[in-house]
Amino acid sequence: MSQPKSLYQKVWQEHAVRTLRNGQTQLLIDTHLIHEVTSPQAFGMLRDRGLEVLMPERTFATVDHIVPTHTRVEPFEDALADEMIRELRRNCAEHGIRFFDLDSGNQGIVHMVGPEQGITQPGATIACGDSHTSTHGAFGAIAFGIGTSQVRDVLATQTLAMSELKVRRIKVTGRLHPGVYAKDVILHIIRTLGVKGGLGYAYEYGGNVFERMSMEERMTVCNMSIEGGARCGYVNPDAATFAYLKGRPFAPEGAAWDEAVSRWSSLASDPGCRYDDVVSIRGEEIPPTVTWGINPGQAISIEQNVPTVDGVPESERDGVAEALAHMKLTPGAPIKGTKVDVAFFGSCTNGRVSDFIEAARYLEGRRVHPGVKAIAVPGSQHVKAECEQRGIDKVFEAAGFEWRDAGCSMCLAMNPDKLVGDQLCASTSNRNFKGRQGSPTGRTVLMSPVMVAAAAVTGEVSDAREVFGVAREAVA
Amino acid sequence: MALEQIREVRGHGVPVPGDDIDTDRIIPARYLKCVTFDGLGEGLFYDERFGEDGAPKGHPLDDPRYAGATVLVSGSNFGCGSSREHAPQSIARAGFGAVVAESFGEIFFGNATTLGLVCVAVSPEARRALSEALRRDPALEIVVDVDGKQVRAGDRVFEASIPESAREALLAGYWDPLGELLEGVGDVKAAAERLGRAGAV
Ligand code: SF4
Repeated sequence: MSQPKSLYQKVWQEHAVRTLRNGQTQLLIDTHLIHEVTSPQAFGMLRDRGLEVLMPERTFATVDHIVPTHTRVEPFEDALADEMIRELRRNCAEHGIRFFDLDSGNQGIVHMVGPEQGITQPGATIACGDSHTSTHGAFGAIAFGIGTSQVRDVLATQTLAMSELKVRRIKVTGRLHPGVYAKDVILHIIRTLGVKGGLGYAYEYGGNVFERMSMEERMTVCNMSIEGGARCGYVNPDAATFAYLKGRPFAPEGAAWDEAVSRWSSLASDPGCRYDDVVSIRGEEIPPTVTWGINPGQAISIEQNVPTVDGVPESERDGVAEALAHMKLTPGAPIKGTKVDVAFFGSCTNGRVSDFIEAARYLEGRRVHPGVKAIAVPGSQHVKAECEQRGIDKVFEAAGFEWRDAGCSMCLAMNPDKLVGDQLCASTSNRNFKGRQGSPTGRTVLMSPVMVAAAAVTGEVSDAREVFGVAREAVA
Repeated sequence: MALEQIREVRGHGVPVPGDDIDTDRIIPARYLKCVTFDGLGEGLFYDERFGEDGAPKGHPLDDPRYAGATVLVSGSNFGCGSSREHAPQSIARAGFGAVVAESFGEIFFGNATTLGLVCVAVSPEARRALSEALRRDPALEIVVDVDGKQVRAGDRVFEASIPESAREALLAGYWDPLGELLEGVGDVKAAAERLGRAGAV
């Protein structure tokens, strides 16, 4: 048998076309996803150079970042947004690219659409002009975000000039406490390894905690790899992966399915393969985690206090002071009890059916606090339809949430959904950067969907286990 | 197709304080509503520079002593976050030729290099010393030497690092890889054929 290899190494070697002059690799990209914000300039560059799209059947498009979620009547009020959507339609039509448009019933955040359609498959190289492309790693794909010039490169050549990453295995074993979710696991990892801890690495998530996770939970984890500095993150494909994909529109069928499954299985990391680094975390140690600052690594347990400037190492003091000032938090005070103005439920991190189901269990029969504006934005039209079929929209609406159409919405606030002034938002999304949710002075606290439900109900950052009476089982 | 060979960037510098400066800060999302990159220079660090009423907040980029700077000096993990190429585009379009920082977000680094915007990393001590020197003497000439992997400020010399692939590409004028990728299209088609539909849909 040849030397044991990680999934990353196998996929990399298989897709390496040739070595470039500067030593980088020309890497074949199996699947390319595009959306309205980072693609128009790329098509413009192709036009300027008289180039064609090399393999249009390998690119898939949808609209997500700037679509309004409160109305679907076109033309949209925002003329610039309207133009960007029309531009994408035009580009897709001109180059023969499949487009999951607003009237298709298949539109949604690009990282939801790929898996839903079965376009995202194990062992594939996937690129998209969006940093959360790491989401697709949940399927054992090597998937990463790229810039617009690289979108151009993929359109024109179906390849990218890339350097191989190192691989860090992050092992989480044991059990998660009740009330601790995939979101807490990844926030805890980022908090532990830091927002630059993953620079130069692909993250492989392993251990029984990830093995037990559903595909949707794995997507939540892989989604935020980039927030830890890792350009891609993946979970080895297994029975859960195959069960999710089977029967999806773009998944192989019949004999081709069986063949694909055996091929996919063979791509999982070999026992005994070499990793550049290994980190082990106990599941029992992970608390419900919330951010207090302005990057996703500035996170604490819901039971902890916000740091003080003096209480952190000298090198972090400026950053902590800046974050405390922006967040208008009292140094050393508990994060619990911080007043919340807006609750945002959605995004490619936590806008999937299972997220809505889990929160609905607790929202049933409860009301959003009168001081809170609460919006629920399904990540895709499929998520929306399935939630509505299950009556979950009614639960959210009865609780006082607005129930919206699919899109990115207040995750980055390029559409009309924005924070106003210094509003504080309890959010299921992935970035708490200054200004991220549409107001330069707006404040974001990242947390799991159930924690957002708790914050919506109480009007303050809360421990969902207390609000909803979840027993904290003692762990043996 | 060889482009300009970039051996060094020489000019004045401006220190931009802070670590983990994300691309949302470099260029706020509302500036992404565009179908070309033209005019993006004006949005550079907009919300860091101006209040909601449009009044300047005293950001170094608006300090007249740093007007015309071509080297931006900042902290660690510069350009983390969103993959938006609008970030390095706005830096380049605002007149910068190089960014010196302790480390870079990876997608940002790749995007910048593809535009010929030089990114080199220096140690925390060097970054502090550079920023200090620039605060004392904004007219100081800075040389970002790609070939020699150094940043020189007046008579001080700091070691700098840059991945060899990026250094090669800048020095040889292949920082935009498209030309070279196109040369490989024959091989690409063969590789796609070899992998068949498996892996691709
Ligand atoms: S939901 Fe947010 S993070 Fe995800 S693709 Fe949309 S804007 Fe990006």
